[in-house]
This record gives sequence, C-alpha cells and structure tokens, in this order.
Amino acid sequence: MIISEENLENSSRTALVIGGGIAGIQAALDLADMGIHVDMVEKKPCIGGKMAQLDKTFPTNDCSICILAPKLSECFRHPNITLHSYSEVQKVEGSAGNFSVEILKHARYVKESECINCGLCTEKCPMRVEDEFDREIRKRRAIYMYYLQGVPAVMTIDKEKCLWFTKNACRICEKTCERDAIDFEQQDQTITLNNVGSIVVATGYNLVEDIETDALNSYGYSKFRNVVTALEFERMECASGPQGGHIKRFSDGETPRKIAFLQCIGSRSDRFEKYCSSICCMYTTKEAMIAYEHDNSLESYVFYIDMRAGGKGFQSFLRRGASDYNINYIKSKIAQIDIDKDENPIIVYEDYEDGKIKQIQVDLVVLATCIIPPDGIENLAEILDIELNDYNFIKTTPFIPLETSKNGIFTCGCVHEPMDIPRSVAEASGAAARAAEVIRGV
Amino acid sequence: MVEEEKKEEDVRVGVFICHCGSNIGGLIDCKGLAEYAGTLHGVAHSEDNLYTCSETGLTAIKTAIKENNLNRVVVASCTPRTHEPLFRECISEAGLNPYLFNFVNIRDQCTWVHMKDPEGAYAKAADLVKMGVAKAEKLKPLDMIKLDINPIGLVIGGGVTGMSAALNLSRQGFKTYLVERDDRLGGRLNDLYKLFPHDIEASVLLDKLITNLNNSPNLEILLSTKITNIDGFVGNYEIELLQNGKDVNLKVGIIIVAVGSSILDPQGLFKYDGQKIITQYELEPKLKNKQIKAKEVVMIQCAGSRNDKRPYCSSVCCMTALKNALIIKEKNPETHISILFRDLYTPGTEYEKYYRKAREEGILFIRYEENRNPIVEENHIRVYNEFMGEEMLIPYDLLVLSTPLVANSDNKDLAQMLKVPTESNNFFLEAHVKLRPSDFATDGVFIGGSAKWPVDITESIAQGYSAASRASTILSHKTIEVEGSTSNLPVYNKNLCTGCEICVKVCPFHAIIKNEDDEIEIIEALCKGCGVCGATCTNQAIVIRHFTDDQIMSEILAYGGK
Repeated sequence: MIISEENLENSSRTALVIGGGIAGIQAALDLADMGIHVDMVEKKPCIGGKMAQLDKTFPTNDCSICILAPKLSECFRHPNITLHSYSEVQKVEGSAGNFSVEILKHARYVKESECINCGLCTEKCPMRVEDEFDREIRKRRAIYMYYLQGVPAVMTIDKEKCLWFTKNACRICEKTCERDAIDFEQQDQTITLNNVGSIVVATGYNLVEDIETDALNSYGYSKFRNVVTALEFERMECASGPQGGHIKRFSDGETPRKIAFLQCIGSRSDRFEKYCSSICCMYTTKEAMIAYEHDNSLESYVFYIDMRAGGKGFQSFLRRGASDYNINYIKSKIAQIDIDKDENPIIVYEDYEDGKIKQIQVDLVVLATCIIPPDGIENLAEILDIELNDYNFIKTTPFIPLETSKNGIFTCGCVHEPMDIPRSVAEASGAAARAAEVIRGV
Repeated sequence: MVEEEKKEEDVRVGVFICHCGSNIGGLIDCKGLAEYAGTLHGVAHSEDNLYTCSETGLTAIKTAIKENNLNRVVVASCTPRTHEPLFRECISEAGLNPYLFNFVNIRDQCTWVHMKDPEGAYAKAADLVKMGVAKAEKLKPLDMIKLDINPIGLVIGGGVTGMSAALNLSRQGFKTYLVERDDRLGGRLNDLYKLFPHDIEASVLLDKLITNLNNSPNLEILLSTKITNIDGFVGNYEIELLQNGKDVNLKVGIIIVAVGSSILDPQGLFKYDGQKIITQYELEPKLKNKQIKAKEVVMIQCAGSRNDKRPYCSSVCCMTALKNALIIKEKNPETHISILFRDLYTPGTEYEKYYRKAREEGILFIRYEENRNPIVEENHIRVYNEFMGEEMLIPYDLLVLSTPLVANSDNKDLAQMLKVPTESNNFFLEAHVKLRPSDFATDGVFIGGSAKWPVDITESIAQGYSAASRASTILSHKTIEVEGSTSNLPVYNKNLCTGCEICVKVCPFHAIIKNEDDEIEIIEALCKGCGVCGATCTNQAIVIRHFTDDQIMSEILAYGGK
C-alpha cells in the first residue's frame, strides 16, 4: 500500500523528532505519512541507532539490519522528512503549537551532495581509530562511513583524529576523491526551524559500560580478555561485524564451546542501578541461540535472578532455547569470576535451586549490561525544559504515558524507560499520534 | 496502461547481485554471478553490490538505469517480503514503472538453506537469476489501484485502549465511532480498585477519560452495540451493527480493534471455591469495600499460566499481586502475606521499585518450580522451598490466585469478519511482531491493547494511541494506492468465462462476485493477487497480472534450457 502525496493536512506546523533510532524513525515516518512535515535530528553521522548494531532480533530472530534498512531508506527519501544527521538540538523556545528550534549541524568536512560512498578515501586514509560502532573491536579510519548500510551514505571526517586537523598534514583523502567531495573548509552550521508544533524525544539509551566500569570490573571485564559485554558479543556474532560472523574469543581466537551469560550486570543492584533493564533476559536467549546456530556443539549457561519474558511469544522462545539450543538456565547469584592458566573464565556461584555453592569453567563470559539514560540527557532536558525522573530517564506519568512534563513535547522508547523494540515502535507511533493532536490543534 | 508495451528487441535488463554483507557474498561468488548474468539474453548491464538496499546500492541502480538506458531491473538478494517495495520505489524514481522490477531470492532460497553446499547454492542462484531475467523480459507496466478514503474511524471496544484511540483520532479532527458491547465504557477498569504503580483509583482514571471523550466534538459513542457484519476494504468499510436489538449501519475508512481480553475461569485451579480461595479480580471489589479481614494471606502466581495449556506470561499479574498485597498491608500491617512465584515480572524502573517496596514492607516471597506446584490443603499451603531444600507449610485464611488474562472466546468471529489472523492462544496476530506491532496484514485494520497480548494500563493507553497513529496515516489522505498486481478478467477473455463461479467460491478475500448483469466481477481493491482464482479457472479466462501464464512459462523454459 502506498500513501499518495495528496493529503488533507492544512496546518503549516511541523514536527521535530530528536533521535534517529528505531523509535525516532517510526515516529517520523508516521507523522510524515500523515502529511506533516518532520525535521529529524540525529547526533551520529547516520541514523539507525542501537538496532543497527544488533545481529538478530528476538523473538523471531529476524536479521536486524535487514528489517531496519528499508526503514532507514524510507526515512531518508520521504518527501515530508528533512534529515539532519550529525546534528544536535541547541536551543528550543516557545510553547506547544509554536516552538522555535535551533539545530547545530556539525561539519563532516565532506559534501553530502557529492559523496557517493565509493570508499576510495577510506582505503587511503593512514589513520587507525577505534571503531565505536563495532564497540572498539576493530579499527576504522579517520575518514569513515559510520556503518556499512548507514543512511545518509556519506563519509565523515573524524576531526579529533584526522592528521590534517591534528598535525596539519596528509589530506590524502582530498587527493583521492574523484568527486571533489572533501571540504576541509566546511564549518558547523546553525539551522533555525520556526513554527514547530510539537516535539518527539527519542534519543534512546547508553549502556552501563559506556560510563561506569566498576559495575563490570567485579565480573572481570577489562581484566580478563574472555569476558565481553552483550553488545560486543552482538557485533562478534554479526555477519558484517568485526569477526565476519565467526565468534572468536579475544585471548586465542578460538571458537568458544561453552559460554556463560550473566544477567543483571549493573541492574537490579543496590550498588549500581536499582531498576530492571527489561530486555536482557530475551536478548541473552537470542544471542545464545544464534551462537548455537554458528556451532551446534555449543553449551550455554544463563545465570539469572528472574527470567522476565512477558511479551508476545517470549515464553515459548525461552522454552525453545532450553529444548532445542542447549541453553541451561540457572537461577543463581554470582560470587566470583576468575581465570585459569589458559584464560578460561571460572565462575563461582550460589545455585538457588539447592542453595549450594558451585563452580563452572567456561570459554567465554557475556555480560548482560544495564541500559542507562543516554549521554547528554541532562543538557537536552535543560534545553527542552522537561523533567527527568529519579533515574535520569525522561519523566512520564503511568496514566499519561508518552507525555513529558512540558506541553507539546512527547517521548517514546528507551529514553524514558528500558524497553524492547516492539514496545518502542508502538510507543513511537503513539507519540506521533499525540504530536499530531497538537499540530492539528482541534 | 502507463507505458507502451516494449517490443522484444527493445528490452534492456539490468541485473544487480547483492552480497548482503556476508549473507550471500560469504558463501558464493557474487562477482562471478554478476558476470554470468551479463551473458544472459536481454541483459544490458550487470553488477554486484555489497548491499544493494543501502543508499549506495540504490544510487547505483538509478545511475545504471540512466547510463545504460535500462527498462527492466532484476535484483538478486534477500527476500521480496521485506525489500520489494524499496526496489520498486527506487526504479520508479528513475522513471520506470515499478512493475518492471523482478526480485530473485538468492539469500533465503540459496545461501541460507544450502549453507553447507556452496557449489549447489551457486548453481541454484545462477538458475534463479536466469529465470528471473527471462521473466523480467516479459514484464508489463501496471498501474497501482487508486482508492478514495472515507475519513471516518471506527474503534471496536470501549476499554482503556479503545477510549485512548478514539480520543486521539477525534482530537486529530476525524469523525470517530466508538463501539462498546457493554452498556458502559471502561472495560476492565470497571472491575479494578486501584491501579499500579501509583495506586490511584481506577474510577478516577475512568472518569477523566469519559469526561475527555464527552468533550470531543467529533466522537460518537455507541453502547450496548455488537458488530454483526463487516464488508469492504481499506478506506471504504461498511459495518452492520446491532444496538439494543436495532440495526445500525456505518461507513468508515479504517477499523481499530481494541476488544481487550477475558479473565480465566478459575474453576478447578488450586481448589478454587470463590470464598476462601479467590482470584485477584474477585479480591479487587473486596478491597474497595474494605471486606478483607484475613490475617494470613497467600497469593499464588502463574495460576493457570506458563504451563503447557497456556504457555505464556500474562505480564500484569505480578504487579497486580504486589499492589493488592501492599493495599492489605497498608490497612492492616499485622497481616502476614506470602507470594508464591516462579519468576517475578517487574521490568523497568517503577515496577522494580514497587517490588523493592513490597519486600521492605515485609511481604514474603517464596519461589516454586513449574513441576512442583504448591498444594492447597485445608488450612495451609504445602510448598517445596528449593532454596531450603525442604517442604514448607504456610497457613492461610485467604488464598488469592493470580490467574492470567485470556483471549476473548469470540475473537475468532471478529477475526473472520475482519479477515485477520489470531495466534495459537487466540489473541489477535499483528502484521509483524517486531516492527508492525499495531498493524494487521489487512490494510486499514489496526490493533491495540490486550486483544493482541496481555498488557498493563500504561501500555494499553500507548497502544491505543499507536493504533490511532497508524489509522491516521490513512485517514489523512483523500486517496491511497494499493497493489496493482491483481487478478483480472480481461474484456477479450469474457467469452471464455462460463460463469461456473468456482473462482467466487475459492477466493479467500471475497473479492470476486457475480454482478447484477450475471457476470463475474473482480473487486480489485480487495484482491491480494494470490492467484487461486487463476489456477482454478477451468477455461483460463482469469489473468493474474504480474504472474501471467506467459511470464511463468518463460521462467520454466529458461530453467529447462530449450
């Protein structure tokens, strides 16, 4: 079904969507399909958010980027959406129905209209930089595509690492580019939007390891090479990831045959975050299933407090995990992690089924780390004049969900509470509906 | 038709072989396959791309169309299920009719299923590409079908989800009907005392929602009304209803299903007796009327759920139990309350906080295993405490069963009228669990709340709005376009039709009728192009556009080689 461009929209007000992950994308697409003009602001060089980093998605085990990519394109090509990538909201004034917004668009030092993402510049760039998209498992260059299928499909120069900006040398990319797309003179730009009727905030989340390693260190993370986080493991499993879809542990490049998945790392804890991160029980099962599909001799052990699987098809997903994918679920409390001489992790735990202290040696440990509010949330909250809750997520009220403390500003997805993709998508549409209410002003 | 039919010699096919990262490229030689494609009849250009669906890949297609004057495009990649619309749109942006595109599936059907046989996978991919090109040569331009939209919404179900959906649609300016079979709005809210996690009274929320609805100018509420028949298609539905025994007819553009769920009949569960052993839903009014005097209260979670018969988590029962336990505790701090659970479901921020509060208030949590259900005896519950490794006896003078929400028994009837599916537990089944949570596969019909899956009130409200948003993407337009690759009885074939009506009977979408002139007529807006009618037509009078006999034969001949 295709929606024609002819629509009944007669309001000249537009919508602003902040955040280009799956929630922001869905909110923008719904509003745009209603005939409302949307400006979408994404801080990173490309839209796609966390979903673009995932290998598969539960409970259908659909390939994540495969189902996301058409949405990225749709967003980019939609006549009613203006995409501001590599940009941030700087200032917001006014009130519901009539906000004015200032956006800072960072210079990429690449002309978006000229770059065709041919990759020649990247090949020639001499700088090696930790790749944040791949959770620093591999290196990228100083001129880079944020990720392979990224939208917009244009290069970006990392000013902090580029030899020209740091040492006044090189400029090889400029010489290599056949389309004269490199522009070292490019400046940051300020874009002003007027007549913005409503705003949807969908800036997603960070993970506890992004700011706080104490929560992970007691589980051997960064001390032992064979202890990784769940998002790192996601990249390790991914066919287009740094290991080409062949899971190899970092100590010796061997394929792990026994993996321990530790739940509630940094969450449901008195020392770190008290809340439940909501998605880890399910993605852990998915990761263990996919790892099993890579290698059918794999044994997985999931150490958990409560298995939280309330969504559609989730319980049967867990059952399948246990019966068909060699996943052992152990209700337990982890006491300690050490390694043997071959760097195999040894886990000491209290088994809640019989109250006994036990230990197990595995090849790899995967930590299900906690969702935390996205970096810069305090600053954004101040710009938008909205309140945050006790945990620094955006404050909403249970029976007026999706509404922030300020009229005309709505929210969806993990920026207000940890949640899975289906709920984020449903909320995104919901926030779009509320935003349309304000814009249409009946 | 939009474009003159090309003569055979004018056909110039472009073939794009996608690596799909390593999904395809990791197993077979995509470059070689592209070179092979270049040797096929009619092919004017071929290339391989790392991701044909990326913006880079799409630009490559458009550039190749212009530079090589292509008029047919074949992409060999993942699956048309997710990517066909994207490529069609891409070639139409380059000035070609979108139906001059053909999809060849070399990921799902080659490199995935034949993962262990790379050579076989390549050979099959080469065959499929050859067949795909042969079909592409025969493709004809088609028009999408344009439909007028009647900008009126119908919401079925007056619970919290339906009320939220109707409120939003009407506030967006659309005339909206809200239909409820009961004689009052509110659904499950009417049965509840307080709502977690902020413990406001359900009646307060309900009153507020009703006040808002009453203040909405575009809204019409029909109580005591049942849906009896649904006809039509996206933008143009005709609804027959029965209101207090009186027939009512409505014409609407979209339908939102928000019929909620039912409560499991607790008979036979844990010696349920309705007196000393009751359900959480029976406890609610007793709490409201302050009738609870019990000193020893036990609650059993997953009573009737997460078992072989109902293998799902009802997701609202843990929070309901915590809330009711806290209400009892607040009124009488001396009461002993034990909650027997399997996995406590309190995801997110506020719910986990609520769980902590319950623990701090002295509520006792005892875990049991699925295969060791608690045993209810006269004055105590016998439960095996795994952690202690021994059996415990817990006295009770009130036992409360946390029973699950179940699908309404008449969901099937409504599903049939709407031509939408239900899943194995009889809840409604959305178009895609991950990315289309509020859509049905049927255009113009949407879903929200517990009719789809048990959800709490916060999520129900959000899902109501979500369904309204999806509906608004249609209602906001004067017209929409739907799939043009439909079944067709061409004028030149009319004399072939014997009027046997087999097609009328086999069509799963009720898209074929015998009209007033006693002729077979295909309602194209309803047709999904499934082809059943064409396959059963005894005289080959029906033509399935985009899958004509000529096109399919060309594929078969290409494979056969002769």
